[in-house]
Amino acid sequence: MNLFEQIGYLFSNYDVVGSFWVNIQLTFWAAIGAMILGTVLALMRVSPAPSLQWAGLTYVTLVRNTPLTIIITMGVLGVWGQLQITFADNFDLNFFIFACIGLAVYHAAFVCEALRSGVNTVPLGQAEAARAIGLPFLTAARLVIFPQAFRGAVAPLGNTLIALIKNSTVAAVGSVATETSSVMRTMIEFNGNMVVLIFMIFAVGYVILVVPVGVVTTTLSRKLAVAR
Amino acid sequence: MRNTRVTIAAVAAAAALTLAACSSDSSDTDTDAGGDADTTSEESEDTGGEGGGDTIRIGIKFDQPGLGYQEGSEYTGFDVDVATYVAESLGYTPDQIEWVSAPSAQRENLLQTGQVDMIFATYSITDDRDEVVDFAGPYYVAGQDLLVRADDDSITGPEDLNGKNLCSVTGSTSAERIKEDYAEDVQLVEQAGYADCVTVLESGQVDAVTTDDIILAGLAATPANQGKFKVVGNPFSEENYGIGIPEGSDQCEAINEAVTAMIDSGDWESFVSANTEGTGYTPNADLNPPTLRGC
Amino acid sequence: MSAQVLFDAPGPKGRRNMVIVNIVGAIVVIGIAVLVLIRFGQTGQLEADRWTSMFTANAWMNFLIPGLRNTLIAAALSIVFSMLFGIVFGLGRLTTIAPLRWISGIVVEFFRAVPVLIMMVAFWLGFGYAQTFDPNTVPLVAVVLALTLYNGSVIAELVRSGVFGLPKGQREAAAAIGMTHSKSLRLVELPQALIAMLPSLVSQFVVILKDSALGSWVTYNELLFMSRLYGSGNGNMLQALIVAALIFILLNWMLTKLADYVAKRLSSRTAAPVHAPDADVQEEIEEKAKA
Repeated sequence: MNLFEQIGYLFSNYDVVGSFWVNIQLTFWAAIGAMILGTVLALMRVSPAPSLQWAGLTYVTLVRNTPLTIIITMGVLGVWGQLQITFADNFDLNFFIFACIGLAVYHAAFVCEALRSGVNTVPLGQAEAARAIGLPFLTAARLVIFPQAFRGAVAPLGNTLIALIKNSTVAAVGSVATETSSVMRTMIEFNGNMVVLIFMIFAVGYVILVVPVGVVTTTLSRKLAVAR
Repeated sequence: MRNTRVTIAAVAAAAALTLAACSSDSSDTDTDAGGDADTTSEESEDTGGEGGGDTIRIGIKFDQPGLGYQEGSEYTGFDVDVATYVAESLGYTPDQIEWVSAPSAQRENLLQTGQVDMIFATYSITDDRDEVVDFAGPYYVAGQDLLVRADDDSITGPEDLNGKNLCSVTGSTSAERIKEDYAEDVQLVEQAGYADCVTVLESGQVDAVTTDDIILAGLAATPANQGKFKVVGNPFSEENYGIGIPEGSDQCEAINEAVTAMIDSGDWESFVSANTEGTGYTPNADLNPPTLRGC
Repeated sequence: MSAQVLFDAPGPKGRRNMVIVNIVGAIVVIGIAVLVLIRFGQTGQLEADRWTSMFTANAWMNFLIPGLRNTLIAAALSIVFSMLFGIVFGLGRLTTIAPLRWISGIVVEFFRAVPVLIMMVAFWLGFGYAQTFDPNTVPLVAVVLALTLYNGSVIAELVRSGVFGLPKGQREAAAAIGMTHSKSLRLVELPQALIAMLPSLVSQFVVILKDSALGSWVTYNELLFMSRLYGSGNGNMLQALIVAALIFILLNWMLTKLADYVAKRLSSRTAAPVHAPDADVQEEIEEKAKA
């Protein structure tokens, strides 16, 4: 078989494109979850209430220092396996949801830190001005601080998204057998002689997914940067 | 500035040393893999010597309770017992055995490159494998079967699995076979290892675990699982466990003699019962003890 | 610290509100904890021997400590190699020789984009198939190589940005006393850049340590692998995973502390700005500790 025949063989026998689609879906749902949870955490961390600050800090410190692999394993073997919490009767859907939650829980800590670093780009004068015109904390945060903070946070948020795309492969550990690293594993196990080609297919696939995200966020962060 | 340069030089030197250690590691793997600093398994401390002709390298599973299981520097299980017996007949004491991890996907490689002398790792004799390696034995005839909770009487064979949940390890053939031939509507979850399957079987999240019956019995016989599970005893395949040896090896006859002696002396039976104790498992009597197929 | 200036020092009403928020926050946290504990109780996870069996000699001597040792071996090797890789390719991206610069750029961008797990699985099966290494060391090689290529590429970017972060005067001064570009890079800029980037470097080591847990997926018997093995053998998977997670958290937290300490010690020895990546987090922890 020449190179093109090999590629044809691999693509017709294995659902390579479908596996990437699974990772994109994982990334999509996990990104939404991480964004919501991360914003709540960031609000807690910059809020005036010490208990909320403490809770946010504890979450970030614990989750950022725990390997994602352990979080996902804990979801399937601990929460599903031992605590017997189930989200869907259909196994495929159930483990997909578990993987999304694990990814969201982990990346929320990074979203929180990205937003907080965004908050730090907002000059003190903005917050002082907001208070001077009598805005209470939540209103000041909503109308003045966060719109600017989000702009300042575009670059770190983009990095978190790139990390999330790549980390979606860890769903393999959580029994999601249709995503890229599991499919690649099966392909190599049955076609060891094509290992380099198979690896390159998946590696290039990720380059194609990741590089545009990097370019877009860099352009966006330049465009949106608040001129000061 | 001087301090900085010293630091960098030191880092570079350390890196160079590690590189050197690593490259020597890769170049003479076939002669002396036990003594390198990088070796992760435990036997490096046990062998100690020059890695000469005094030891025999045997491939086993490291993660299968009841068959081949590593606990610290101890190795236990049916495969380990049989391997120790055969090695002893060939003139090696247990101290001279060097255990090597032989995951399913790497067994042929290990033999072809001479990295192990024999393999006892739930290694079914198949035509494909027979073309690239030689087999002595078989020393056991297993069958793919189901493990269920001890109080579950609703599952007596693979046909009963429709609408139930089944656990297997990634890439297992028995789960595929059940789905294709017996129960279309089975829900399948894949785990990294069978032991993980057993924990979710215990909690009730799955109803059955499938693989070879003796592997299931071995899992059920571990101290923590005693009395909790039973092997259904309705095998739906025939797996002849052979002893893998390199193609053209002259050891085959001697190994088969040792296996025959082990079966005749009753040691075979005591190995089986010792490693499946408390599970009510008995080997398929029509096929066991196995008839050797000759070299 | 704009975060602290988002709000005024609370007045009487503010203080009352804060007490209410504190109480509500505490109730929510305690409520979640109670729910979890109830679930633990319902499924028998609170049974004493599931926890006590985590603190036996067998658990530590045969599983957790060997696993931890293997985790540290893989992490240490990956740290050394990725430093080397990072310096070589970081300088490669700064050299005046264009082809070298392009190649370094492609290598770095490529390995930053490929997921570590994809590399690890491919190397694990690939080396197993190619029979390049002793089968017992293949998982370790796969883990170390995958971690090296990814984190080495990140470090290469750190080196590059570290050199760019230096004040222009450093380069100009080197040129003024007649140093060539490469000499200035080697003797003046890189040493200072390395010191300035040390805190970020240490936080990259945290990433290496965390990602080494992926090795469990390619049968490298590191801490997570061994605790899974122990947990499944003793029917206390959840407890085993919790202990493994705590060990990882402790190790990484100590590394983060180290990054902070290093940043404080070294800021006087370079012209570039030095700050711990988590300076804010650390400062707040310290404030809490003092209060």
